[in-house]
Amino acid sequence: MTRTEFWQGNTACAEGALAAGCNFFGGYPITPSTEVAEHMAAKLPKKGGVFIQMEDEIASMASIIGASWTGARAMTATSGPGFSLMMENIGFAIMTETPCVVVNIQRGGPSTGQPTMSAQGDMMQARFGSHGDIAIIALSPATVQEMYELTAKAFNLADKYRVPVFVMSDETIGHMREKVIIPDKVERVERKPFVAGSPPFRATDPDLIPGFPLFGTGQHVHVTGLTHDERGYPCATNPGLHMALVKRLVDKIENARDEMADYEVINPDAEQVFVAYGAPVRTVLQVMHDRKDPNIGFLRIRTVWPFPEKALAKFKNAKRFLLPEMNLGQIAREIERHTCVPVKCIPKLGGELHTPSELVAALEAQP
Amino acid sequence: MSFEDWYRADRLPHIFCAGCGNGTIINCTLAAVEQMNWKREETVFVSGIGCSSRAPGYILTDSLHTTHGRAIAFATGVKMANPDLHVVVFTGDGDLAAIGGNHFIHGCRRNIDLTVVCMNNQIYGMTGGQGSPTTPKGALSTTTPYGCAETPFDLCDLAIAAGANYVSRWTSYHVKELEKAVKVGLETPGFSFIEALVQCPTAFGRRNKFRQVADHIEFLKTHSLLRAKRDRLLEKGEPVPEDMFVVGELMRRNRPAIGVKP
Repeated sequence: MTRTEFWQGNTACAEGALAAGCNFFGGYPITPSTEVAEHMAAKLPKKGGVFIQMEDEIASMASIIGASWTGARAMTATSGPGFSLMMENIGFAIMTETPCVVVNIQRGGPSTGQPTMSAQGDMMQARFGSHGDIAIIALSPATVQEMYELTAKAFNLADKYRVPVFVMSDETIGHMREKVIIPDKVERVERKPFVAGSPPFRATDPDLIPGFPLFGTGQHVHVTGLTHDERGYPCATNPGLHMALVKRLVDKIENARDEMADYEVINPDAEQVFVAYGAPVRTVLQVMHDRKDPNIGFLRIRTVWPFPEKALAKFKNAKRFLLPEMNLGQIAREIERHTCVPVKCIPKLGGELHTPSELVAALEAQP
Repeated sequence: MSFEDWYRADRLPHIFCAGCGNGTIINCTLAAVEQMNWKREETVFVSGIGCSSRAPGYILTDSLHTTHGRAIAFATGVKMANPDLHVVVFTGDGDLAAIGGNHFIHGCRRNIDLTVVCMNNQIYGMTGGQGSPTTPKGALSTTTPYGCAETPFDLCDLAIAAGANYVSRWTSYHVKELEKAVKVGLETPGFSFIEALVQCPTAFGRRNKFRQVADHIEFLKTHSLLRAKRDRLLEKGEPVPEDMFVVGELMRRNRPAIGVKP
């Protein structure tokens, strides 16, 4: 039996994690994400899980990586300043192929910025924030329902691809209250099992993902952030080995771009096409509802990274992509990389959503 | 089984310089671990970055070689998620007391059931000899070319003040004492901190008038003041020599701990 709840986005995020079997949360308070930690603090101990408030976001990220190696489904939640602090250990998780989920309830930046206001300014930081050549997965919910569903999905993607998965939400969705329909159970994808005795970082399957050797199971795996060979042993001055390792870590995500693509196409024959993710989706839907014009298309993106660029080609008649974002055009720039169709950036900073009339004005303005 | 069986033989030779004290400390730690009769698959070594932090890579258990300063935070995740595992952290003075200082004091405060062994060579060895938070006043390093002007941390005092259940200090000269101290640390529920002063001929010794490795070990021997002797001096109201450091068991208590094996 499904049931219905009236939840805040951050509550739905925590509940989605719990439904997915999250059993370890290491976090640090930060507006506007704190409710996620508070909810986990209340619920996890009763379910036999572990909640620990760490001394900062660096330690939070470290703790979930450590927990993940023991087999835990581990998560943290933060906002921009904390996300910045996590970047080095996020890189460690990428290099060591450690599954984990990081929720970023975005607020206005740079720096302390607007703690209680909404933004999407960390989208490129999610993609490129940690040093070195990397690939990650980022999901962007636009409703409280999606906060639940995409957080649960993030755990499956993390375990499947052995990579940090970011739930890139924002203050608007995090603090809004909406109806959530709770399914009986959520799908669960497990980590690829480890073949005892094989080199722990050897990937023989076409998906380039090695099986996961859990700590405590006698595999004696050495995990290091240094460039390592298939045995996990440091080999930091071997150029060919470094190239092959980093290529594999990036390719295992990039090659699965289509498989991970999660988007919705509305009015594919339209010439004017909105593209949005996260909170601005809601304003676009309002404009679509008000105008009921088949010449206005909408590409609603849930998996932002890796970017589902093939979705753009679904709009064969597109004359213009319009990008309402709560930043100065971070994903607009990504789209320009993938299409010859003109891209119109509709940036908005300050913490408030675009109004429908602002989107209509952009739509009606001549290029 | 002997303590040598804990080594990952296919990783040898190791990267430590000739005359380095780290091997002595790793041997002492593994000898203590061996006496605990722990199973390999139940034991995890965790470290950060620096010479000392290379130790887990040479040990045949699950091991986590993490980011600079963060070993205790990673170890906290491992231990809290699976308290059945025995978790030992190797660290150094720069890793623990500079970049990782916050995680160190919070590990002590939480009194989480970890044993932390710090190889204190009083310098950044791996990066070529820069001053650390434990570089003695007046000592030469590449970043204190006119003598260190800052006052060093007393790591043991820090651990005691922050709440660790067990705290000891020895040196690479005192191998039997160190081995016993690590064993007590491993046995004690809660946070155990064992500081081992080590010689670093490459980065510290040659800049600070220890021409031979043995000169530095001799210094560690002659400048250690047993805790009992220090206490007697204090009782008599006599001054404690300023150029000596206290060695021995400095704290053993039973504050409530977290992450203890059920």
